[in-house]
Amino acid sequence: MSQPTVRRETPTDPVGSDPAPRHTRRSALPLPVRHLLLAALGLAAVAGLLLVTGDLTALRLAAVGYTMLAVAGLQLLVGASGQVSLGHGAFMMIGAYAMALLVLHQPMLPLAVNLAIIVVVSVVAGIAVGAATARLHGPYLAGATLILAVGLPGLAHRYHDVLGGSNGLNIRTAGAPPFLQGLVSTSEWRALVVWTTVVLGLALLATLSAGRLGRRMRAIRDDETAAAMAGVPVGGTKVVAFVIASTAGGLAGGLQAYVLGTVTPGSFTLVLSLTLLAALVMGGIGSLWGALWAAIAIVYLQIWATDLARALNLSRDVENNLPIVFFGVVLILVLRFWPLGVHGALHSLRARLRARES
Amino acid sequence: MTHFINLTLNGLASGAGYAALALSLVIIYQATRLVNFAQPALALLSVYTAYTVTQLTGSYWVGFAAALTVGLVVGALVERVIIRPIARTSQLNAIIVTLGLLLVIQGVVGMVWGNEQHGFRYAFDYVGRFAPSDVFALASVGGVALLLFLVYRFTPLGLRMRAAAFRPEAARLSGVKVGLMLTVGWGIASLIGALAGMLAGPPFLSPNVFDVVFVFGITAAVVGGLDNPFGAVVGGLLIGLGMSYVSGYVGPELATLSALVIVVLVLSVRPDGILSRPTARKV
Repeated sequence: MSQPTVRRETPTDPVGSDPAPRHTRRSALPLPVRHLLLAALGLAAVAGLLLVTGDLTALRLAAVGYTMLAVAGLQLLVGASGQVSLGHGAFMMIGAYAMALLVLHQPMLPLAVNLAIIVVVSVVAGIAVGAATARLHGPYLAGATLILAVGLPGLAHRYHDVLGGSNGLNIRTAGAPPFLQGLVSTSEWRALVVWTTVVLGLALLATLSAGRLGRRMRAIRDDETAAAMAGVPVGGTKVVAFVIASTAGGLAGGLQAYVLGTVTPGSFTLVLSLTLLAALVMGGIGSLWGALWAAIAIVYLQIWATDLARALNLSRDVENNLPIVFFGVVLILVLRFWPLGVHGALHSLRARLRARES
Repeated sequence: MTHFINLTLNGLASGAGYAALALSLVIIYQATRLVNFAQPALALLSVYTAYTVTQLTGSYWVGFAAALTVGLVVGALVERVIIRPIARTSQLNAIIVTLGLLLVIQGVVGMVWGNEQHGFRYAFDYVGRFAPSDVFALASVGGVALLLFLVYRFTPLGLRMRAAAFRPEAARLSGVKVGLMLTVGWGIASLIGALAGMLAGPPFLSPNVFDVVFVFGITAAVVGGLDNPFGAVVGGLLIGLGMSYVSGYVGPELATLSALVIVVLVLSVRPDGILSRPTARKV
């Protein structure tokens, strides 16, 4: 019983994280450059969307952005290195509280510095947790991280003076810079800031995942013993994967605090952590693209369910619980009929179309 | 000193609930190699059923029986209808589906019974040190563990279940209906989960009431060793004691985080739990 919960079927991986050398012209560029180009394209697409939509959509797009970053970190951890973490929300909470405390106590620092500090804080937290849980595997790691997700919000109640108890912390951050006033609203500016950070982070994650580190992680996921015998530093690589994931989660939490302007322990519940992992598997665990579908699912399924409940004039109990039920049902159906998630389904659809063309 | 004795007795009583939940997790883990995250939700459904039945009939014990029945039936149904088709494709997906079930059932319970708290009585009088309800908790969990041991060890059904869990292929060749054994395993596990819910639910029910109980239950299972039912019981009592001491001497907010410390410490020394046998690994 080496690693019971870890998936064993290797052929699920080539759904995208590895750039296959099919298109020779494109692969003439080095990988990081290609990822940065893709990132710039993504940012341009988001900016285009912001132009044609309103403030409300801007906030939702920002939510999709930071959720995607968090899920992408989890993809690297669970999908590539095979460690199942149920405590990702805890790292989002660390990042969010770090952001709130920085804005409250060091209001003069610019946002970029705040984000850099959050990265450092998340790395430290990731190293601490990752090193402590390095020996755990499979369900044991899942259990330990689950406890972290449930236990950490308790700190906010315990250290009421600093962390604000169950009311949390409220912060005010600067809106759009003066020379852009009138051109973009505050929400649109925030969405742009979030997405700039997110696409940079994703480009970095994609580069890491396609490089030596990603290869080592996949080797460990597929067979730990064989990887160790091939000279892969198993423990170190696992901790590094954990740290990268927690950093992505922390940064996402910091961005969330920046967009929402409020941080409460009630928003980092067990359900959040479970939802992140479930959405990742639903989106497609084999590829970073899965994180995009996951983030869209997390943000928009909830909105649709709430709209639906309002439109049908359902009672309050039903309306409050409909989003979570809706999400769960979609999750179960997707996994029942598309075991590789949305991205896997799209991928096989494309392959079938291509086969028909030729 | 009185404080210490009180904390110890309280810890043992609440540990009984954790032990029962851990036991239900371990039974399913042994049979299917997956951690059933929907277990607290199944328990939730059972306990809410008990709540309604008790209100309708006026008898606590009819409600108690209803809870156990619902646990047994729903557990078996979930395995047969939802888990099995998905477990065939991927183990991780099966675990994620139990997460999805957790969300769905919690939401449905909230829809039907509302998100606010309902009062729910204990089986017996609970006032005072080591009250009858505490004795009942310990005795029922002890009884269930013993019964489970006897069934597993001395009955043909238990033998078949063990065979199906450890060597499914060989068991199938010898004529054991492996699928049926899995369904039975899930049913029994959910029945024990329902018992855990009846012990740990009172005095108030709400859709999130088992979140923390589940965390301590999974802690107990992990500390005791996911492969060992006795480990689950021992782990449950240990976690109950530990949490009781931490809540009493340090503060209840830190109880959950101290569970994490316990898990990390225990698993650093014994990576597969206290009562696990070391396993040889084939390369």
